[in-house]
Amino acid sequence: MHAYANPARFLRIARPLTAPLLLGGLLLTALALAWGLFVVPPDRLMGETVRILFVHVPAAWLGMGGWMAIAIASLVELVWRHPLATIAARAAALPGAVFTAICLATGSIWGRPTWGTWWVWDGRLTSMLVLLFLYFGYIALAQALAREGSSTRIAAIFGLVGAVNVPIINRSVVWWNSLHQPPSITLGQSAIDTVFLVPLLVATLGFSLIFGGVVLARMRTLLAEVQAEARLRRRALEAPV
Amino acid sequence: MREEPDQWGFVLAAYAVAVLGTLLLAAWSWLAMRAAERRREGGRRS
Repeated sequence: MHAYANPARFLRIARPLTAPLLLGGLLLTALALAWGLFVVPPDRLMGETVRILFVHVPAAWLGMGGWMAIAIASLVELVWRHPLATIAARAAALPGAVFTAICLATGSIWGRPTWGTWWVWDGRLTSMLVLLFLYFGYIALAQALAREGSSTRIAAIFGLVGAVNVPIINRSVVWWNSLHQPPSITLGQSAIDTVFLVPLLVATLGFSLIFGGVVLARMRTLLAEVQAEARLRRRALEAPV
Repeated sequence: MREEPDQWGFVLAAYAVAVLGTLLLAAWSWLAMRAAERRREGGRRS
């Protein structure tokens, strides 16, 4: 793992991967969404609104996955002091927040025709909203620490502690009464018919590739900013008084 | 008969939110990366 701690080595891997991940993800997502809109039949109970599944569920998974990426990178930063771990955690925060917001918005739009309400303060929706606020807090904290040049350990601890919310989101529909349906897909099992499951998996792969491409692009951005800042500081120190 | 167009309205609204959000995220991340790397290379040359 330490072999990739070198920014130059990381950039050699990230540069040729960023654009293909983004473009491949966009193409795959476009295919999956067209499949979901025009090929998949309406559901017996939910009717046409079942098609919202193909944007809502991948967004929910990536919202939670984004925070798990922050937590893992934070652990690597705290334990092994991996130089790129801080940058990786910061890079995952923005796409994680965007996909969490997309999950909440599409879920609310889906809730209106299905449940008769845009919003309900139940375990699943509330814990997902808490995740969005955790992302906002993490982004603000990490930015403030980077601006002041302070240690990023506080943000790493915040990233680790915030991960407690992810299993709460996952189990919320089991622990509390909810309008939200119980989990349809668990490890190795699915209650979803293949006609819906296959395009859902293709959409998830497409959105995941975009997520990966955005994380690499954000890492390259943060790395370039750190390197430009370091060069300016070096020049200021070397300049004759 | 009235339900179908209503349901499609919700479907299209959800897709619009997801597609616009994802496209904006991808485009902004790409452009910010290009600008930051250009600034770094500019600093290297000067």
